[in-house]
Amino acid sequence: MLEIRNLHANVQGKEILKGLSLTIGSGEVHAIMGPNGSGKSTLAAVLSGRDGYEVTAGEILFNGEDITGLAPEERARKGMFLAFQYPVEIPGVSNLEFLKASLEQVRKAQGKDVWDAVTFMKKAREACTKVNLDQAFLKRGVNEGFSGGEKKRNEIMQMLLLEPALGILDETDSGLDIDALQVVAQGVNSLRDAGRSFVLVTHYQRLLDHIVPDHVHVLAGGRIVKSGGKELALELEEKGYGWLKDAAAAG
Amino acid sequence: MSEPSSHQAPRPADPAGTEEASHLDKVIASSYEAGFVTAIESETLPPGLSEDVIRHISAKKNEPAWLLDWRLAAFRRWQGMTEPTWAHVHYPAVDFNAVSYYSAPKSMKDHPKSLDEVDPELLRTYEKLGIPLAEQAALAGVAVDAVFDSVSVATTFRGKLAEAGVIFCPISEAVREYPELVQKYLGSVVPQGDNFYAALNSAVFSDGSFVYIPKNTRCPMELSTYFRINEAKTGQFERTLIIADEGSYVSYLEGCTAPMRDENQLHAAVVELVALPGAQIKYSTVQNWYPGDEHGRGGIYNFVTKRGVCHDNARISWTQVETGSAITWKYPSVVLKGDNSVGEFYSVALTRNLQQADTGTKMIHLGRNTRSTIVSKGISVGRSSNAYRGLVRISPRAENARNHTQCDSLLIGDACGAHTFPYIESRNPTATVEHEATTSRVSEDQLFLCRARGIDAEKAVSMIVNGFCKEVFKELPMEFAVEAGKLLEVSLEGSVG
Repeated sequence: MLEIRNLHANVQGKEILKGLSLTIGSGEVHAIMGPNGSGKSTLAAVLSGRDGYEVTAGEILFNGEDITGLAPEERARKGMFLAFQYPVEIPGVSNLEFLKASLEQVRKAQGKDVWDAVTFMKKAREACTKVNLDQAFLKRGVNEGFSGGEKKRNEIMQMLLLEPALGILDETDSGLDIDALQVVAQGVNSLRDAGRSFVLVTHYQRLLDHIVPDHVHVLAGGRIVKSGGKELALELEEKGYGWLKDAAAAG
Repeated sequence: MSEPSSHQAPRPADPAGTEEASHLDKVIASSYEAGFVTAIESETLPPGLSEDVIRHISAKKNEPAWLLDWRLAAFRRWQGMTEPTWAHVHYPAVDFNAVSYYSAPKSMKDHPKSLDEVDPELLRTYEKLGIPLAEQAALAGVAVDAVFDSVSVATTFRGKLAEAGVIFCPISEAVREYPELVQKYLGSVVPQGDNFYAALNSAVFSDGSFVYIPKNTRCPMELSTYFRINEAKTGQFERTLIIADEGSYVSYLEGCTAPMRDENQLHAAVVELVALPGAQIKYSTVQNWYPGDEHGRGGIYNFVTKRGVCHDNARISWTQVETGSAITWKYPSVVLKGDNSVGEFYSVALTRNLQQADTGTKMIHLGRNTRSTIVSKGISVGRSSNAYRGLVRISPRAENARNHTQCDSLLIGDACGAHTFPYIESRNPTATVEHEATTSRVSEDQLFLCRARGIDAEKAVSMIVNGFCKEVFKELPMEFAVEAGKLLEVSLEGSVG
């Protein structure tokens, strides 16, 4: 599904990712953990093609295709989805309008039927119910005046509708209360299947109690310094990241 | 009293800031679809302004002596006036002797009686602009007066309108056919010496539309005038006069375009609206004069005086979508003379490249219980400058007058400017005057959220801009709201990587 080879990336001329390699198979859920400043959010931004993040070496393959130079919208249309850590507000553009434009572009690019207005409304309402958002949110401006938790649930709602092949969740759990965390987890779990993969970028173990990963990786100093199964997350919870930083420095 | 405020777009602090500027620059690269020239033989007066020129124009139109005298009086006043410089716009002084004040297609000399006699090249011009003049092809429910340079080439659906007693014709024809109405109301709302450009217009005005709606009549169709400047080095000085008699209703729309040329061209119009007791006039404008190129070369200088007077219980609504012109200087106003009268101003002004707009309104509350609403949406793109200037004046007699003003600016890119100049003069303690202003900016984060959902930057900007303008667009007649939305899309169209 996704193969990252020796990825180096700069932000404002400073190297943040320093030779990161990672392979994610179809149907797998990978958690990327690590201390603050280790490059977790940079990885999410680089994967989604954000401007201002310069890839200086290495490549990103998505379903075998090199997407390193592709624009964000092209990646989205190929089935990649980034759930934002801080979803921004777009006043004046309703959630419905936004979703409609998004679904039209993505489904058209993927050769799927573009839903008619009735189907679209039905699906949008269902998605709202799944993430426990009142349907009134559909008519409000994108994220406009939403609480932190509502914004995150709105992201998951979009993901449910777009049905991406690869979902990248950038610290979606940060700032969520336990109820909202469960809603997010249920959203992800309901999409889990053999053809769909997830990358969960997170600082804490608690999300992984609800979305059980197949693999856990520790990012430190712009590289993956340790990989393991779900038990690695528990070990990190117990020991912190300090011992791994030393390992990274030594390695 | 509100203070004037100015916003230059703040430099973004995010790491992607520099990328964004270049990205947005691409999105806002302009295209102008109405920029073609119609190859047609015209009879054009040599450039220059004098009493002789005015006599010539008046003679061309077979005008009665009173109107020639009226023009000459305006000219004399204009000669003693100076060009206003208070607006937040900068441009080299206009040489009023380098402009031709009258130009008409030669084929119009024979005064064609029907569309069949109109030069097909003229009809094709309007067709290309999306305004078919043949009634069977026209937008159902909309009558059009088509003004080409200094003359009206056709007015559609006049028969159908006449059945309802509605008069809709070129003003030069109204001068001959309905002299008593024209003489009574011409200059009654915008006097000859009102301002520099109004005086110039009064001296040299050519064609525009005349509308009269009889008492207690609801005009059965939307009325519209489409203004086209074609000839080089000419100015257009149209004059429009709309009279809505007691208890009547009319919705009127004007559109305007011009070819792309490197020289600036002058457009100085006057529009007067008279809403007699209980009447309602809804006046909408979609202004898309050539705005000049990305280096600020060429474009129309648009100096326009628009004003309406409301008698008791009357209502006037101005809705404008201003996307064109190198310079826009325009303040559609309402004099709320009668008790319980209502004035409204809804405006979207988009400036890009080096366009400059100084636009807004004046709401003059004279009567009791008068109400006014102002909603202004300014969008500044590129290196452009967009100013809202509005006056709300409450006279001592205007008991319980109310005004609400909302003035929002949207900045796209980091080299543009938005400015707000509200003037509030309240001389009656029972009045309520509210002013709200906001400035926001299309951010790189917003664009990225859209792009990460598969929506390209161009579509994203267009969605954001349309969302910003929604409140104003809903005031436009439905057919034109769609057009206006499209116009903003076209205006923001560009090659995005």
